[in-house]
Amino acid sequence: MSRAVEEAGGKTSVNPWENPAAEPFIRIENLRKTFDGFPAVDGVSLDIYQGELFAILGGSGCGKSTLLRLLAGFENPTAGKVVIDGVDMAGRPPYERPTNMMFQSYAVFPHYTVADNVAYGLKKEGLGKAEVKDRVAELLELVQLQDFARRKPRQLSGGQQQRVALARALAKRPKVLLLDEPLAALDRNLRERTQFELMNIQDRLGITFIVVTHDQEEAMTLATRIAVMDAGRFVQVGTPTEIYEYPNSRFVADFFGAINLFEGRADASDPSRIICAETGVVIHADPLAGQTLPDVLFVAVRPEKIRLSREAPAGEGVTVMHGTVEDLAYYGNHSLYRVRTDQGKLVQVSSQNTHRSAELALEWNEPIHLSWPRDCSVVLTE
Amino acid sequence: MRRDGRSPTFLFSCLCFGFAFLYVPILVMIVYSFNDSRLVSVWTGFSLRWYGALWENEQIIDAALLSLRIAFVSATLATALGTLAALAITRMGRFRGRALFSGMLAAPLVMPEVITGLSLLMLFVSLEGAIGWPLGRGADTITIAHITFSMAYVAVVVQARLTAMDRALEEAAMDLGCRPMGVTFDIILPLIAPAMLSGWLLAFTLSLDDLVIASFVSGPESSTLPMVIYSKVRLGITPDVNALAAVIVAIVGIGVAVAGWLMARMARTAA
Repeated sequence: MSRAVEEAGGKTSVNPWENPAAEPFIRIENLRKTFDGFPAVDGVSLDIYQGELFAILGGSGCGKSTLLRLLAGFENPTAGKVVIDGVDMAGRPPYERPTNMMFQSYAVFPHYTVADNVAYGLKKEGLGKAEVKDRVAELLELVQLQDFARRKPRQLSGGQQQRVALARALAKRPKVLLLDEPLAALDRNLRERTQFELMNIQDRLGITFIVVTHDQEEAMTLATRIAVMDAGRFVQVGTPTEIYEYPNSRFVADFFGAINLFEGRADASDPSRIICAETGVVIHADPLAGQTLPDVLFVAVRPEKIRLSREAPAGEGVTVMHGTVEDLAYYGNHSLYRVRTDQGKLVQVSSQNTHRSAELALEWNEPIHLSWPRDCSVVLTE
Repeated sequence: MRRDGRSPTFLFSCLCFGFAFLYVPILVMIVYSFNDSRLVSVWTGFSLRWYGALWENEQIIDAALLSLRIAFVSATLATALGTLAALAITRMGRFRGRALFSGMLAAPLVMPEVITGLSLLMLFVSLEGAIGWPLGRGADTITIAHITFSMAYVAVVVQARLTAMDRALEEAAMDLGCRPMGVTFDIILPLIAPAMLSGWLLAFTLSLDDLVIASFVSGPESSTLPMVIYSKVRLGITPDVNALAAVIVAIVGIGVAVAGWLMARMARTAA
């Protein structure tokens, strides 16, 4: 599931965030930052562990960039504290922090060559000439820019400039690398390649990465854990799988890809039966343990979890609805259907096209059954 | 005829007329500087005698040297002060009185020169009465006066460059271990150097060109070149003024070419 487990080769080690004895590498405690009374970061607490690739995800204006700038030291917190590797960062300017940042605009110094850009932090550290030269060569090799050392940034493409920014940020071997929307300015092909390269580099160097992004796909593929942020607060913190499969709120469910939401209320005698308000159908779900259910709740079902069939499916705990195909779209690797239930609710279904010809050659306006097992229903109370 | 209904001939004549409007007066003046006649408007033959006369005219040579000295000193100091002012406005956050400061900095741009000159004269006179400095009026007072108004021009030019500059560059330098003072020298100054150079040139030209303010704050022993030319023209124009103008046009032409080349080179490295 997560890379930490894979690395351990299936041994007994658990993810550090699941191990209560593990010492967090970065501790963020009740961090607040207000601008003119408006809270950009509103009481955020978080533990990040050594070697994690942590993503902070949210829409624009949710406070994620401010949080990153608080970690880098460009902003001073209004309240709360940041502890990195046991050292309280309060009052420490950016040039005295063990963090380095890769800026969204890359911020490559235009008047320096590629090599001088990478060497900048090392020279400021007071390293000897020979040592600086060796390290720069090593870093340029890491980002595959050996042949560009003498070029000026304006002679480089956007992707190459980004590598310069990455090499420069890694040069001082920071304890934490902060990345602000690292892939936002790249085109699609380059994004995918850079994404894997980033993960590769992170694996090799073992530096803790904190990535800020608005792109849920980017966060899911890159990160060991994700914090979803909204209005200056964390809505949910968890592994990509946890957040995708077990969102804790409609906001998170909606943020991560397409999802079908059914409003309903739990059956008073059996909380695993939820009566859908819009369709009257009984939706089967695993009841939430130890939680009193509110009168109105929501059931979320991912489109790929729903099965389409011409015959009515049967079975214990299977939710069944009936409707007609209103729209279908063929995407090559998968198809997307929009089914209008008999009660008028629109449901999205996607199915993988694993065979050359779909077993179920559906037509527009064809009557069809929708079904999904109980463990695919996610009950949301907020 | 082209599709938009304007013939190439029409466009070309428009261009010619425009250029003629700008440059014919200057050309006429340069041509007449080689005139042999003592009368400015009667052509009698080619001669370089007025250039010789100019070279021997100590009043004009002295005035030209004084003007150049004042322009050089005031442009340099105005560039230093104007750059500091622009840095304060764009990089020091929202300090108290920032809006007032930036407004007052831009005021000399729109202030009529007569008022600037008169107010500076009154300031100098009362300062002399109060603390005994500046003693009388002369090159120093002209230099100070030129700094006060050309500083505003430098500040505007440099401020525009600083505003357009990506703040992340400075943050990146700090992030990599550079202290704020180092950021100024490593990042900001190299990147605003082209703007500072154009500010310096602007201040230099404004100072060399100024007649009104200099007339207010100059003393008996310090007449700048524009003042000398102006007084000569009032007494009746002599052809050596034409020669002087031709020399100035030549110097300005060379200066603009060099500055253009220098700025293009800096822009290429700083981009």
